[in-house]
Amino acid sequence: MLNKVTALDLTFQALADATRRAILAELTRGPSSVSKLARPLAMSLPAVMQHLAVLEGSGLVRSVKVGRIRTCRIEPKALSLAEQWINQRRAEWERHFDQLGEYLNTLANTGGTRGKDQ
Amino acid sequence: MAKTSSGTPRSVVHATFCIERTYPAAAGLVFKALTDPAAKAQWFTGGNGYTLLARQMDVRPGGREHVQGRWESGVVSTFDAVYLDVVADQRIVYAYEMRLDDRKISVSLATLELKPAGTDTRLVVTEQGAFLDGYDDAGSREHGTNFLLDALGKSLK
Repeated sequence: MLNKVTALDLTFQALADATRRAILAELTRGPSSVSKLARPLAMSLPAVMQHLAVLEGSGLVRSVKVGRIRTCRIEPKALSLAEQWINQRRAEWERHFDQLGEYLNTLANTGGTRGKDQ
Repeated sequence: MAKTSSGTPRSVVHATFCIERTYPAAAGLVFKALTDPAAKAQWFTGGNGYTLLARQMDVRPGGREHVQGRWESGVVSTFDAVYLDVVADQRIVYAYEMRLDDRKISVSLATLELKPAGTDTRLVVTEQGAFLDGYDDAGSREHGTNFLLDALGKSLK
């Protein structure tokens, strides 16, 4: 049980960062080299590799190095069904809370309430 | 071992998680967005590929909420909640079950707390859930993962 919780913590930690979510989203389109993953990101290659290390540590991503090229791929099997379920539910809450924030901003911008951008 | 009609072994996994956000709005406004049907309909949507089939809500202790929709895959998801505790501008507690087609996949308790933070409002949701019967066949497992990643992708936009 403790291991389970630790694994979940690592998963959530991995998902808590926008750059890592962007990397995951990119990998859902298919395996990719590290340099290709880094290209759209506004950060150094070592910084990208640190993010990849966190993703690999969580088991969400695995990579293999062939020659000089390291290729990353998503590892959906790393998520047990329970983890998938919890992650889905979290993702739903996150999405709904984003939408709630946008809605509240809209109210603010139309003069319904005190407003400032988030 | 007892099995469901589709042959999946009966199982329960319990999990609790917590998510919070801070909004630049008064607690009363956030509370209204969460409890007023017209206000909630403005922001609580399923996203792309989701067709709303039914929605009703009555936020007061003993009141119910029912949201049903169909995903692109054809799967119909059903959310049925009963509100247990409602304190204006402060707290909402409801129990809910989720179904995918005829399968009950989870039963949860959701607690939403609104906490003033200066002129902002911190919204904290704690979900305590029981995850039932593996929620699974190979197809839905794939669907589940994709759904998660879709949601992640959307959150980036």
